[in-house]
Amino acid sequence: MNTPVYIAGLGVISAIGNNVQEHLNAFKNEAAGMGDITHFESVHRGVLPVAEVKMTNHELAEKAGMLLDASRTTLLSLLAAREALTDAEIPNLSSLRTGFVSANTVGGMDRSEDFFTRFLKDNSKGKLRNVYDHECGSITEAVANELGITDFMTTLSTACSSSANAVFYGARLIRNGLLDVVIAGGADALTKFTLNGFNTLMILDKEFCKPFDQNREGLNLGEGAGYVVLVSDRVAKTLNKQAYCRLSGYNNSNDAYHQTASSPDGTGSYMAMRGALNKAGLQPEDIDYINVHGTGTPNNDSAEGTAIRRLFDPHYPAMSSTKSFTGHTLGASGGIEAVFSALAVKHGIIYPNLRFETQMEELPVAPETHFREGQQTDHVMSNSFGFGGNCTSLIFSKI
Amino acid sequence: MMKAYIRSAASISAQNTFGGQDFLTDVVAYQTTRLGTIEPDYKTYIDPKLIRRMSHVIKMGVAAAMECLKQAGVDQPDAIITGTAFGIMEDTVTFLTRIIEMQEEMLPPTAFIQSTHNTVAAQIALMLKCHNYNNTFVHKGVSFESALLDALMLLNEGEASNVLVGGIDEMIDTSFTVLTRLGLYKRWPVSNLALYQEKSKGTIGGEGAAFFVLSDTLSAGNLAELSGLRSFYNPDTTLDVSDTITAFLKEHNLAVADIDLLITGKNGDINNDAPYDQLKVELFSQTTCANYKHLCGEYPTSSSFALWLAANIIHRQTVPAVLLEQVADVKSLKKVLIYNRYQNKYHSLMLVSAC
Repeated sequence: MNTPVYIAGLGVISAIGNNVQEHLNAFKNEAAGMGDITHFESVHRGVLPVAEVKMTNHELAEKAGMLLDASRTTLLSLLAAREALTDAEIPNLSSLRTGFVSANTVGGMDRSEDFFTRFLKDNSKGKLRNVYDHECGSITEAVANELGITDFMTTLSTACSSSANAVFYGARLIRNGLLDVVIAGGADALTKFTLNGFNTLMILDKEFCKPFDQNREGLNLGEGAGYVVLVSDRVAKTLNKQAYCRLSGYNNSNDAYHQTASSPDGTGSYMAMRGALNKAGLQPEDIDYINVHGTGTPNNDSAEGTAIRRLFDPHYPAMSSTKSFTGHTLGASGGIEAVFSALAVKHGIIYPNLRFETQMEELPVAPETHFREGQQTDHVMSNSFGFGGNCTSLIFSKI
Repeated sequence: MMKAYIRSAASISAQNTFGGQDFLTDVVAYQTTRLGTIEPDYKTYIDPKLIRRMSHVIKMGVAAAMECLKQAGVDQPDAIITGTAFGIMEDTVTFLTRIIEMQEEMLPPTAFIQSTHNTVAAQIALMLKCHNYNNTFVHKGVSFESALLDALMLLNEGEASNVLVGGIDEMIDTSFTVLTRLGLYKRWPVSNLALYQEKSKGTIGGEGAAFFVLSDTLSAGNLAELSGLRSFYNPDTTLDVSDTITAFLKEHNLAVADIDLLITGKNGDINNDAPYDQLKVELFSQTTCANYKHLCGEYPTSSSFALWLAANIIHRQTVPAVLLEQVADVKSLKKVLIYNRYQNKYHSLMLVSAC
């Protein structure tokens, strides 16, 4: 049951790049992806910065080899999942039991918004093709069809922790002996629905976000997709190149405090990190780097910072929020940051936390502010917390 | 082979199924294209202050979960897992409508806050102050089966002893209108109790919430055992599953003759029902057959209602006549097989046994 599960392939698309290599370049150049809204009409254009993938739907569809009427979420998902699967180069894949476990928060909402505008005026109007893929599961199904995966597929949705849960659900499918290979992660395109939703909560920063900074004012929404290819011990032995790392620990705990807010002492975050360490058989001082959830909202960063202090003091690992580059990609963030964490383990990378100025009062240490390579990164933790108190931590370890 | 004991089961449906009622002795007949649920007294389960803010699917999910825990005598489950294809549709549509009508200005946040698919699982955790594992699956016609598989794995891993798992979906006016335009439902009201005699296209819409406490230990009050689960996707809508079912039974050391009752997901749509009828000719010609969607309507997590039925059938050792495809006298009920084939693409098999 506790056999090792390896990460053999990575794929990612976000505001800072369309593949893994472009992301590494952006991190080295410390180039954030935020800017103005360009892909849809909104009264918030010019007011709220967002981190959009720098391709139109048309360009994405062409690159993905799909019809233009697919949801943007489907297109992002397919591109990243395909990159991950190609990267893994798994020998004799067709002879293995392969699954696709994907996450998203609003399914094909980008298309539903188009449908709904017409539908609201007249219930007999609105193109049905635009609402056909409204369900979250439709996105997964469309991508699995393109990837040719039929053995197993499912979709998770636990708000902003969705794809972190997808990653470890994938690992458990392997550990329980049900599958040999799982492509796991998630995708979310920016939509008016989520942009306006977060805006009503008054947690969107009108400037570029400043995670883990005392003077942070909120998050920037982003979009993208990130997937890892998880393989069993047996499959790992057949790989042509060494896997990136192991997924050594994971935990899902609930804050059980409020539908959207985190508890002041970060109970759920603490339990998730503690549980992941226990699962991995590690101590807090074994962790070399934390890719924090770090949305940049006063509430999240305070709760997460407090939980980190409770768990790690006085042995603080390096930490940073890559959301200072990608924005908060919601259901995609756990998958995207799993990719970053696997790269951190493989290449000894510590990512910078952009725009950091003033240390938070909850935490006696500052996040990393510059890109570093060749560091010791034997164990990397990735945090993903969401609405509904859903808190998930993953640990990636050197092979 | 992963399995679990079904310690308790609670269902809110279009029938009198909730809260210690007799087992389908008071069947409700409808003349309709869409079945809603019979509403329990939510105040018994939820703080009235909270009820006012909750949309229907949240109330029905939370109430079914609380009743289920009460029946099991479990205060804090080791995990809370839900399956829902549509999620919190009412709040989603409310917020979407306001964005358009109010042109993105001055929107109230409540509908958005509650619109995430994990809201029911989250609200249960919040009410119980339960910090344990919490997950939500949203994969179309196998959302509930995905949740069940997660529960079975947690028990198998030794990570949990009692898991609360449920299937929930609501049918609101907007989704019913859109799905009708997509051709899912009949165009005129039909008698739900004569659904399978219609022989026309389309089914009747439905909704519901069914929760279960699955346990790794056998105890006196257990209703039944969930002995096997298999779900899969196949885009070939004409797929013949006879071999798959035979293999599934063989994995559990069973033959077709060992199945005392087959519950299938017929829904009154001729295209949907044809493969079930063919299967019955090919494989289950000697088996007593039952249907359930005439009682709860068609929805993506309706198989959770079927599991509620199967658990009760085994526990009470009786098959209510309203379920049976043909009059039959079923003596001993040890093995019940549920086969659902959602929109001819998502297949699920659940094997339920006497403890």
